Amino acid sequence: MELDATDRALLNRLQDGIPLTDRPFAAVGAELGLSEDEVLVRVAAMKDAGVLSRFGPMFHAERMGGGLTLAAMAVPAADYERVTEQVNAFPEVAHNYAREHALNMWFVVATETPERVAEVCAAIEERTGLPVYPFPKLAEYYLNLRFKA
Amino acid sequence: MTDAPQLDETDRRIMLATQEGLPIVARPFAAVAERVGIPEAEVIDRFRRMQEMGIVRRVAAVPNHYKLGYTANGMTVWEVPLDVIDEAGQRLAALEYVSHCYRRPAKPPEWPYTLFAMVHATDRTQVEARVTEMAALLGDLARGHTVLYSTKILKKTGLRIQG
Repeated sequence: MELDATDRALLNRLQDGIPLTDRPFAAVGAELGLSEDEVLVRVAAMKDAGVLSRFGPMFHAERMGGGLTLAAMAVPAADYERVTEQVNAFPEVAHNYAREHALNMWFVVATETPERVAEVCAAIEERTGLPVYPFPKLAEYYLNLRFKA
Repeated sequence: MTDAPQLDETDRRIMLATQEGLPIVARPFAAVAERVGIPEAEVIDRFRRMQEMGIVRRVAAVPNHYKLGYTANGMTVWEVPLDVIDEAGQRLAALEYVSHCYRRPAKPPEWPYTLFAMVHATDRTQVEARVTEMAALLGDLARGHTVLYSTKILKKTGLRIQG
């Protein structure tokens, strides 16, 4: 889908979070000079077109007492499709990216308890028959993930 | 983690009902309330509390950056000794095109890199120009670096909890 200037303004605004009120889309629309209906139609269209991967609460795993790690695997090309399916089948795997490197599969494991991270990594190793290398975050220098639309 | 904020059963039910996302309707919290079986105002109050506690960062849109034209996504990784890593991390984090900057463990000898900085751009030429700039900014703090380009999103769902 082609995004127009209004879609882009809306998308930029919605990345910052909606107000927690009973009519959040009306509130966002009022800021941008749009009706609630127009906001809803545009947001639904962007969701349907896949421009929005997701719309909803962004949970913070560590603050919930959960565990989180980035992990990588070196997957032989011939096995890539099979291993992708096996890794993605774990509900604890939140994101998974193919990357150009000997370590060619990079994913995030998010779990409800810190101990569970190691269990899930071990289960992925068992399922796929390949080693999983965890790269947990030791320090964070910044977090401002916004994409200008 | 014993110091984690307490979530009660209702909070968990709200999380289960919304982890796939919120419905895009005029009163999304009323739709959640109906599913969970509590009043709309309580859903809103509980989200406010979870946001104050930092359990919910925000209720927001997550764009697919590929569809926005950010087709080049380079995970830059830097070999930085631990005694200067905070300085190096702060330098990279100050760049507007660096979205995340984390210290992570090295796995020598194959993986000497300790500092990860994600760079998004419209093409690889732009990523490369930025990496050159980052290398100049770090100077002697980094002994080496490489860039891992992403070629495909294999999965992107966000955090899930089990029902």
